[in-house]
Amino acid sequence: MLARIDWSQVRILGSKEFRDRIRNRWVLAVALIFALFALAIAYLGTAQQGEVGFRGIDVTIASLVSLVIYLVPLIALVLGYDAIVGERERGSLELLLSMPITRLEILLGKYLGLTAALAVSTVLGFGAGLLPLASELGARDLFHYAGFVGSAILMGMAFLSLSLMVSVIALDRVRASGVTIALWFFFVLVFDLLLMGALVLSQGSLGSGVFAALLMLNPSDIFRLLNMFSSEQVQTMYGLATVMPDSLTNPLALGSIMLAWIVAPFLFATWRFK
Amino acid sequence: MASKPIEVTDVAKAFGDVKAIDGISLAVEQGEMFGLIGHNGAGKSTLFKLMLGLIAPSAGQIRLHGALSSGPDFRQMRRRIGYLPESFVAYDNLSGIEVLHLFADLKKVPRAACAEVLARVGLAGAAARRVHGYSKGMRQRLGFAQVLLGKPDLIFLDEPTNGLDPEGIHDFYAILREVQSQGATIVITSHILAEIQGRVDRLVMLDSGRIAAQGSLDQLRAQMVLPSQVQARLQPGHGVDFEAAFAHLPGVQLERDAHGVRIGCPAVHKVAVLAVLAGWGAAVQDIVMHEPSLEELFLGYGGKHAGAH
Repeated sequence: MLARIDWSQVRILGSKEFRDRIRNRWVLAVALIFALFALAIAYLGTAQQGEVGFRGIDVTIASLVSLVIYLVPLIALVLGYDAIVGERERGSLELLLSMPITRLEILLGKYLGLTAALAVSTVLGFGAGLLPLASELGARDLFHYAGFVGSAILMGMAFLSLSLMVSVIALDRVRASGVTIALWFFFVLVFDLLLMGALVLSQGSLGSGVFAALLMLNPSDIFRLLNMFSSEQVQTMYGLATVMPDSLTNPLALGSIMLAWIVAPFLFATWRFK
Repeated sequence: MASKPIEVTDVAKAFGDVKAIDGISLAVEQGEMFGLIGHNGAGKSTLFKLMLGLIAPSAGQIRLHGALSSGPDFRQMRRRIGYLPESFVAYDNLSGIEVLHLFADLKKVPRAACAEVLARVGLAGAAARRVHGYSKGMRQRLGFAQVLLGKPDLIFLDEPTNGLDPEGIHDFYAILREVQSQGATIVITSHILAEIQGRVDRLVMLDSGRIAAQGSLDQLRAQMVLPSQVQARLQPGHGVDFEAAFAHLPGVQLERDAHGVRIGCPAVHKVAVLAVLAGWGAAVQDIVMHEPSLEELFLGYGGKHAGAH
């Protein structure tokens, strides 16, 4: 399948999607939001403890994770929900399909262009947010921070893939937006509550292995774990490290599962976009 | 033997239980302007989508220049196709020239061609303006400009003059004639039958997913046997006895009006009717002849079909 892809067609459509987001200042707006939050959390993240100021990169990342876990999925879902259904509803999809471009190339072009917009705004935003603290950061800090930004982009890609799938399946934009909002509620707000409820109801009979495996069913939980197990200090802060089996604390294993979350909805979208 | 530009063979398309296209076969010759007409829901759009390879037939096959519309090599064929959908929707946030750049890139046509086709459709002055500010007619011109990119040899136009003013329609057909004279094959649909009746070489009338009739306009007239209309304007006080004058011609229908008479006659009696009028000499001030229009033929076929139910 990959051998038959004309990547120049993918690049043309992807560039258009990316340029559209630059032009309508979407990238700038999202980067500003991320930068402001990063800066505020780096300085004020420990205000509840009665102090302000930079307390180290691990504490900053831990605070940022709590914020990003809400924000990035929402932004990614909003970014992708009308990628296909919007073109279909406006009437431009038919003309696009009559061009020498396959449906897979259209999906890839849309997905990669939107991913580029999300990634650029994430890197710029969190990069700029930490710029005033650059003199206080060592190489290890920067490495951890880069890992946090990278994992945020991966989580964004997973939710973008989900929203593209919704966009292919949905009959119209209104339904697509409804479903994407429902997905956000489910993964970001409801899923962990359900999991906790299941733990309580099972009165502890739900083993840590099962509990950890269930966490893999949610890309935002994978993102949280990826950042937890990247730093011992953060592990201690969350206090959950002991319930996770070793096989699922490996960043590579977690990254692979996140990759599956990116690929699976995209493949489903490709199958349905016939 | 060279393959024809379009060959549709026993094609059917069903959506669930609904047969949108029901066993259609047709062929379009090189350089031909071919009309596709029918009521709403007759199957025109579905047939268009099938021919463009946007949907796959449930049965039968469609070949464009020998390439199977549902085959893997059809991507190459698409580079030779120009398509204007019924409602051309461009990307409003882009300028006219940027929209053309996008389609030129996808068709692998040099971007240098974009300014030329924009000028050809009369949009040179609006090239840098955002499409958001274009009128409906300007959007349609832009749609036509993207059709012309890369000098396609197969052109599909779905209601192409939607939103164009009379001058725009004139310009549109002038360009289309030029493109046709360079060898392009054109398939066109329109609800404005008077607009295409003098322009298409052959046409197909679709009804409920089937071909109700096909051929040139003259062939359809001959098949349909609709009466020709002759309007004779006469001198006041002419004293002609119409019934007696046409009594020897069966099937002739007479309708008097304030200035003379309107005569409906089968095509075979047309010359005889004119001979009768010539015999009236100076009593005849003027004669106007009407052949059945495409619209009348269309309604005639529709009526015949409706009657068959």
